[in-house]
Amino acid sequence: MSMQTGLVTSTTQLRTYAPATDVSVAAPAPRLEIGRAEPGTAQRNLRTEPGPIRFIIIALAIAFLSIFVVLPLVVVFASAFSKGIGAYLAALAEPEALAAIKLTLLIAAISVTLNLVFGVIAAWAISKFEFTGKTFLITLIDLPFSVSPVISGLVFVLLFGAQGYFGPWLQAHNVHILFAVPGIALATIFVTFPFVARALIPLMQEQGTQEEEAAISLGASGLQTFFRVTLPNIKWGLLYGVLLCNARAMGEFGAVSVVSGHIRGETNTMPLLVEILYNEYQFVASFAIASLLAMLALITLVAKTVLERRLDEAEVPDGD
Amino acid sequence: MSTAVARRSTLPGFGLTMGLTLTWLSVIILIPLAALFLKTFELSLDQFWGIITSRRTLNALKISFGLSFAAACVNLVMGTVIVWALVRYRFPGRRLFDAIVDIPFALPTAVAGVALTQLFAQKGWLGAPLAEFGIKVAFTPIGIFIAMIFIGIPFVVRTVQPVLIDLDPEIEEAAASLGANRWHTVFRVILPSLIPALLTGFALAFARAIGEYGSVIFIAGNLPNVSEIAPLLIVIRLSEFRYADATAIAVVMLVASFLIIFLINRLQRWAQARIPVH
Repeated sequence: MSMQTGLVTSTTQLRTYAPATDVSVAAPAPRLEIGRAEPGTAQRNLRTEPGPIRFIIIALAIAFLSIFVVLPLVVVFASAFSKGIGAYLAALAEPEALAAIKLTLLIAAISVTLNLVFGVIAAWAISKFEFTGKTFLITLIDLPFSVSPVISGLVFVLLFGAQGYFGPWLQAHNVHILFAVPGIALATIFVTFPFVARALIPLMQEQGTQEEEAAISLGASGLQTFFRVTLPNIKWGLLYGVLLCNARAMGEFGAVSVVSGHIRGETNTMPLLVEILYNEYQFVASFAIASLLAMLALITLVAKTVLERRLDEAEVPDGD
Repeated sequence: MSTAVARRSTLPGFGLTMGLTLTWLSVIILIPLAALFLKTFELSLDQFWGIITSRRTLNALKISFGLSFAAACVNLVMGTVIVWALVRYRFPGRRLFDAIVDIPFALPTAVAGVALTQLFAQKGWLGAPLAEFGIKVAFTPIGIFIAMIFIGIPFVVRTVQPVLIDLDPEIEEAAASLGANRWHTVFRVILPSLIPALLTGFALAFARAIGEYGSVIFIAGNLPNVSEIAPLLIVIRLSEFRYADATAIAVVMLVASFLIIFLINRLQRWAQARIPVH
């Protein structure tokens, strides 16, 4: 499943993001020459293009990815360390930076925990039972993926802002939601809502209900069945969902920007601090924080790749 | 949804888990989104129309939709090239580049925003050489276009990749042995069977770019009527406490993305109906 979106409601979509099936995994192939056609078919000359065209396509792909994807990532680290490692570390030790890191961790902890619990609950209801309107329910769960981050923040301003529907009541009772931790958490929960459920639903649907039914008929309680039978079966998928949910929660910018109020040292998460420092021309400090987020992204990608391989191995080959 | 009925399952917990799911969904997603539409209904049709057709709003929407469409077109072409290279050829670093495709998904948008700006600024690694040719990218609409290309590329690649992998080799072998040259086989046989996936990837990239905020606003320059995207105008209206204006723009964008989801769902159904059984 994508990091940021997944408008598609097909339940098979998760597997869409599995890595390319690679023949070299099964049998370590000898060193391959540049631009060699995919091996494996007897008539492979019928299934590939002339050498020069192969070369041009590979060169285009590599050039495009290098310029548009790799270079921006390199710039982050190059800028962060442009004044040396001392300046880098000093920027991260600033009280403002530390406050932003703490707030980001807190928000991620809140939103990942809640979405984990409700994601599992939703996946249980959707994948283990048949009911009308199931596709529609999955579409609703997917909604946040197709809403602009700015709008995801806006809706909470409309509810809890001074002119919002609950604004006057909140003010009268001195409850702070907007421009405070609850608002930031709500906006983050909104944008990360689908990740866990969407990682689990296809997996749990594929696994069916036989094992759980057996456990129940042998006298296990519902919770016992879940923790002893279901959970071990879905643990890698669950971790996959949590991983993507966490990455998005820590990196969310648009939605959080709208509800945070940008109070220095109080309601600035790491992405918001990146913006503020950058607009103040404090480039080293801005990119130092950005480099932490970039590392988070890279670690997430590596872990995701490893998990996808595990999920693929766990999959029973069904021959279609 | 309240009429949902569990049918013949001996597993426990349907009522409880479905109740919790619907409650949580309502509190976090449905009620907040309903607030948006409720707020819009407070406006008269004339007011709504006045906001939407004001010069600045109209320009922001044009910039967002127009550049998103252009960027999605680039993603469609380059995404196809990348998928072809990753699936059909073997080259050193192929698996690394396969993983790299996901970086725009994984990298927080604010980080992508400042990085692209730094890269394409007048003194940046790419901005400086481009400036010698008189091309200014950062703080112009071209910058917005570049950021939207960055954010959209994984959608096309990841949607088309599994379809190309699963494509039955016998079809193209048959085409070839019936005398079609490679050019014909690719453009008359392979690409047509990728069309649903290509269109889905295009629509996903398009939808994402329309709503994109973090990676665009740094490089955009944000000049009203020239390089101001619709999501930014929502934020500006909010900071001016013009909630009605912000809401009206948001509703237009939301309805547009709902239409795109609907379209994608239709595309998926079409694609599933087309899959040959083998």
